[in-house]
Amino acid sequence: MSLYRKTILSGLVAMLALASGGCSSLDIKPWVSPYERNKLADPIMSFGRDPVASAFIHHVYQVREGARGAEGGAGGGCGCN
Amino acid sequence: MPAADVVATRMLPINKAVLSVALFVIGAMQASAAVLPADRVDFLHHGYSGGGLSVDGPSVLVRKSIADKVSVWGNYYVDSVSSASIDVITTASSYSEERKQTSAGIDYLRGKTTMGLAWTKSDEDDYEGNSVRLGVSQDFFGDLTTLGIAYSRGWDTISRNGDDTFEADAKHQSWRVDLTQVVTPSMVVSLNYEGISDEGFLNNPYRQVRFEDPSATRGFNYESERYPNTRTSSALALRGLYYLPYRAALKAEGRYYTDSWGINAYNVELAYTHPLEEGLTLDVRYRYYNQTSADFYNDLFSRSNQQNFLARDKELASFNTHSVGVGVSQEFETEWLPFVNKGQVSMFFDYVQFQYDDFRDLSVEGSFAAGGEPLYEFNATVIRAFVSFWF
Repeated sequence: MSLYRKTILSGLVAMLALASGGCSSLDIKPWVSPYERNKLADPIMSFGRDPVASAFIHHVYQVREGARGAEGGAGGGCGCN
Repeated sequence: MPAADVVATRMLPINKAVLSVALFVIGAMQASAAVLPADRVDFLHHGYSGGGLSVDGPSVLVRKSIADKVSVWGNYYVDSVSSASIDVITTASSYSEERKQTSAGIDYLRGKTTMGLAWTKSDEDDYEGNSVRLGVSQDFFGDLTTLGIAYSRGWDTISRNGDDTFEADAKHQSWRVDLTQVVTPSMVVSLNYEGISDEGFLNNPYRQVRFEDPSATRGFNYESERYPNTRTSSALALRGLYYLPYRAALKAEGRYYTDSWGINAYNVELAYTHPLEEGLTLDVRYRYYNQTSADFYNDLFSRSNQQNFLARDKELASFNTHSVGVGVSQEFETEWLPFVNKGQVSMFFDYVQFQYDDFRDLSVEGSFAAGGEPLYEFNATVIRAFVSFWF
């Protein structure tokens, strides 16, 4: 297994461990209640509120630039570009 | 199409286009872990113009949920390309072509878990790309945290116009992890990692590098470029969204990128969204991008076949870009349309300035020594005009 794959798998295992019990063992409780999330639910609080448009601008960057990956998500979802 | 009429800028864009599809489905899942995305249809006209290259076309995206458990979507996208870019005019003739891309996917919501499967096919006369991807995301910690992982795989077939004997393959794999965290009632942050590996024919069969040749009229000559047949990259991004004391949102982004070809890059972005009265929303943003060149890139090699791998793609050069963008969206009533709850018309305009550090402009008139030409730079405009309906 390459170092690259080992690194990825190690990261995944660590994150899943955190998800499954790491937080509870530290006794940290959710600090934002459901009734406090009205601002977060506003459509303007989206990393990409119009998927078809977000996808296109990221496509432009991918074509013109050497970097790729970890682009912002398009809230609402699409597979377009 | 004769060989002289086809050129340069085609291969890398398609690879990336197919891969990019994966990124957005995954991103969508990250944002939609406990609730399926809204039912909507978008009709987009896109346009890019800059550096002698013009690309435009439509994109139609439809998404519909079934029984609040399943959401299916489909996208049809066309690039109509007309190119007389710097790569084209210095080594061949201008050309026109069209790329069509079809994507479809399905998302399944079960409790706090969303699973997604998607497929994409991209076609043009000398390139065919296919990809599939699978992703899972999970809400936990009182729904303040969302963890998503996804894997995608792509298979491409590359041909060369004017050369029926040429055919090559490329394969791509991508792993992505997204962690989104609600920090305060007004702030959410997202940490995103993606590793991509490619194997196969990764360069452009049309592009060329130049090397010093004292016997040539301009002091240099051309030969085909030659890339490694593997590439592995990692990108890590941190994004934040903050709801201001009045109704407006501030978005910040930083991303770092590195790959096995020696390219290191980063970008930062700041965006502001401001809703006004009567369903009108304004957007402004600024983005800066910077990258170093690939190890095997050179604007002017000292001799023919100077090294094993050779590249003069300006996308692999050292350069930076500044982008500014503005957008306006207006919601409208849709009583006149059955089954439609809301409509919106939007227009986004971006202006991008490219400045290269080691890619020289060979199209400039004048007598320059080889390697003494002015550095290349150009500006581009990007337009996105679209109408959306929610139903």
